[in-house]
Order: sequence, then structure tokens, then C-alpha cells
Amino acid sequence: MEAAAPNYFLIIGGVLLVMLNVAALLIWVERRLLALFQDRYGPNRAGPFGLLIVAADSIKLFFKQDWIPPFADKPVFVLAPAIVVVTVLMSFVVIPFAPGIIVADLNIGLLFFLAMSSMGAYSVILGGWASNNKYSLLGAMRGAAQMISYEVFMGLSLMGVVLLSGSFSLREIVEAQRGLWFFIPQFLGFIIFFIAGIAETHRLPFDVPEAESELVAGFHSEYSGMKFGMFFIGEYMGITLISCMLVTLYFGGWLGPDFLPPILWFILKTLFFLCVFILLRASMPRPRYDQLMEYGWKVLLPLTLLNLMVTAAVVLWLNE
Amino acid sequence: MFSLLRSMWLTFLHAFHKRETIQYPEEKVKLAARWRGRIVLTRDPDGGERCVACNLCAAACPVDCISLQATEDETGRRYPDFFRINFSRCIFCGYCEEACPTYAIQLIPDFEMGEYNRQNLVYEKKDLLINSEGKYPGYNYYKVAGMAIGGKGKGEAENEAPPVDIKSLMP
Repeated sequence: MEAAAPNYFLIIGGVLLVMLNVAALLIWVERRLLALFQDRYGPNRAGPFGLLIVAADSIKLFFKQDWIPPFADKPVFVLAPAIVVVTVLMSFVVIPFAPGIIVADLNIGLLFFLAMSSMGAYSVILGGWASNNKYSLLGAMRGAAQMISYEVFMGLSLMGVVLLSGSFSLREIVEAQRGLWFFIPQFLGFIIFFIAGIAETHRLPFDVPEAESELVAGFHSEYSGMKFGMFFIGEYMGITLISCMLVTLYFGGWLGPDFLPPILWFILKTLFFLCVFILLRASMPRPRYDQLMEYGWKVLLPLTLLNLMVTAAVVLWLNE
Repeated sequence: MFSLLRSMWLTFLHAFHKRETIQYPEEKVKLAARWRGRIVLTRDPDGGERCVACNLCAAACPVDCISLQATEDETGRRYPDFFRINFSRCIFCGYCEEACPTYAIQLIPDFEMGEYNRQNLVYEKKDLLINSEGKYPGYNYYKVAGMAIGGKGKGEAENEAPPVDIKSLMP
């Protein structure tokens, strides 16, 4: 890849630009889609199709009073929202958007992704703890417990893919899906990773750490202005990241019939999963907190282990 | 699991349903005649003020947003000297309309009262008094009230018998 070296800055800049804009645009996409599913119109006044609400929202976030409570732990309070954005952005480093469009083709790309997404838990718990507010702390504790429990089998559910492709490199995993996309042999793994991904981004219906009806806004109750905006953007980028990962790991990444360029296939598949995330939000009730934990530990973890063992056995049997 | 997928599918089908939103400023809302919106003071069929400044509306008002001062003209008709409603306090409960003995104060289906300046929400009598009989056309309080008032003696109101002279011994 020596020839591609001069393009690295271009790729990094491109990925940064696209991801941040996608996160901002998702505000609009989500509101329009939710309105569509609920027989409403959603934003349709500001600009064509209400697209300017993205600009309005960003301007509002930048100019709102950025208030730090006097009782907060100031350095940690400021640091926490940055962590979520940084970790999510770092995860995008290893995602192969198309052949040649990847920031760093690590041979342990999958592990890097898992490591980075685990770091996201810091942002939640530090944000809630530094706020020095009981609701925030409760939200942070719930968030941390949820993210850590779902992290356990998120990693394990991916091992089936690793077994089938024989590599931790995301590019090679995509290449291994030339014949058959992994969501067919690894359907159980796909479902489990999807559920864990929702819980990992604490996205509805698993938005227990910020459950408005119980915890005001959970771990980011005390945040305002752009610090809140970073949590907000971090969540949307998290959804994008999980969608990208789903596409890469189970839906053949950039692979697809030749009439579209590979990058478009990747974008289309990712968009589909983004819409599924929003559809989920529109249709699912939020589980109770103990149900959430019970579901994770008693159902999903054994299922993941079973999936892993069966996959391993089948791979061994086929190789003999 | 199946029920989850089913509810997702049903929610998805809503994407093809008709949208319920009323595009408000372009598309006007249809309100019932009894909608409790802006408060007005109505007039009787002769064009006079119906309000007799009895203060019952101000007494019934739970948020005390009505204030008025009673006065009389030379013929003995009572009317409000000033009548003021602070719409930034008003909760549009309609108790004033219920309390009014003369059908003077009425709530009409108009809610487009947005103002940039809070002070503009204080309506004086000239803002409240409209040139209409409101929901009870033809009703004239002074025509049915048994009071001697400007050109109408006791017992001359509608459906009223002349008063009996209780001091007289004649049958």
C-alpha cells in the first residue's frame, strides 16, 4: 500500500468530514423518519424538507450558555463528553469503506474496535460521576453496568465471524464474504451483535441510562451547550459505527453487484441499518432495568457461547 | 421475538399511512363553537353594553386576571368604567362566562393571540368589547330585568306584571 500513502490525510480528512456530517444529518433523518412512522410530518419548515434544522440545531448548541455546575468536578466534567466522541471516531479508523478507503488496515482491527467501544463506558460513568448529581450518578451506574454486560457477549458474538474468516482484519473479513455473506451462517451472531450494539450505544429501546421518565436525562442531566452536543453527536456516531460494523461483519461490506461502485454499496447498506435503528426506536417499548440485565446475562450470553461452540465445531468438522 | 418483529413491521407500515398533521398557519384548525378561546364582551341587540359590572366574573376567576370598576350613567344603567383582562394570566377556564348573569362575557373560538411583548396581552375594554351579540343573539338584560332604568319604569319589562302597591287598601 505504499502508493496509497500520500492519500492518508485525504482519507482521514474525508472520514472525519463525512462522519461528523452524517452525525449532524442524522438529527434530521431521525426526526423525519420518526414522524413518518408516527403519521406526522416532522420538520418541514426550515429550508427544503426542513433540512436547515440541522444548521439551526448546531448554531443553537454552539451559542447556548456552556454552564459548568459549581459542585461539579471540573476537569473530569469537561473531559467526559470528549471521550465518547474520540473513542467513536477512533473506531472508524479500522472500518474498510471500500477497497483502498481505510485509514489503518490493522490486522487486529476487530479487537481495536472492541477496545475503543469499551472505552465509551468511561465517558458515561465519568460524565455522571463528575456531575455530582444523584440522577446523573444513577444514570451513569446503569449505563456502565449495561455497557459492560453487553460488551461481554458483543465481543464473543463476533468470534464466530473470526472463526469463519480466519482473521481479525476487517478487510479480510469482508473479502472472506465473497461467496456468502456471514449473516446467513452467523445469523444468531448477527442478532446478538445487533442487540448488543443497540445496548452499547444506549440507544432506544435500551436507553435505560438516560430514561427521561425516571432519571431526567440520566448521566448528562447537568450538561449544556456543546458539551451536551458532544454526547448527542457521540450517540449518533455510535449508531453509524454499529451500522458500519454490521455491514462490514455480516453483510459483505462493500461487496455487491458490479453496477454500483463499492463505496456506494457500503453507504446504502449502512443507511439501511441506520433506518432500522430509527424504526426500532419508533416501535419498541423500553425494558425495565432488571429485565435488561437479566436478558443480557441469562439469555444472550449462553446463546452467544452456544453459537461460538457450534460454529467452532462446524469449522473444525469442515476442515477435516 | 415474533411479537417484536410484528410490532416493528406494523410501525413500518405506518410509513404509508395518511399523515395526520394539520399544517397550521396555511391550514386553519376547525374549532367547535364552544371552544374556550379569547374572551370578549358582547353587546345587546340595541348596541348597548351587556356588562353591568357586577364583578361576578372577577370573583369567579381562579387566577384573578379580571379587574373592573363599576359606574352608572345618568339613567341608572350600570356599566364598567374600565374592564381589564390580563391574558398572560388567563387560563381560559370559562368560569367567568359561567358566572356572568347577563351573557356579557363570552369565550370565543380564537386562540391566535401570540405577542412579542408581554404587556400587549393586557386587554382593555376597548380591546374586549366587540360589536356583536355573541352566542346569545336577541338577549337584552335590561329589557327583562325588573329595574327602573332610562325610559323604562318598574313592571314594564318583558314577561313582567306591574308591581302591586302593598300600601294601598284598594282591591
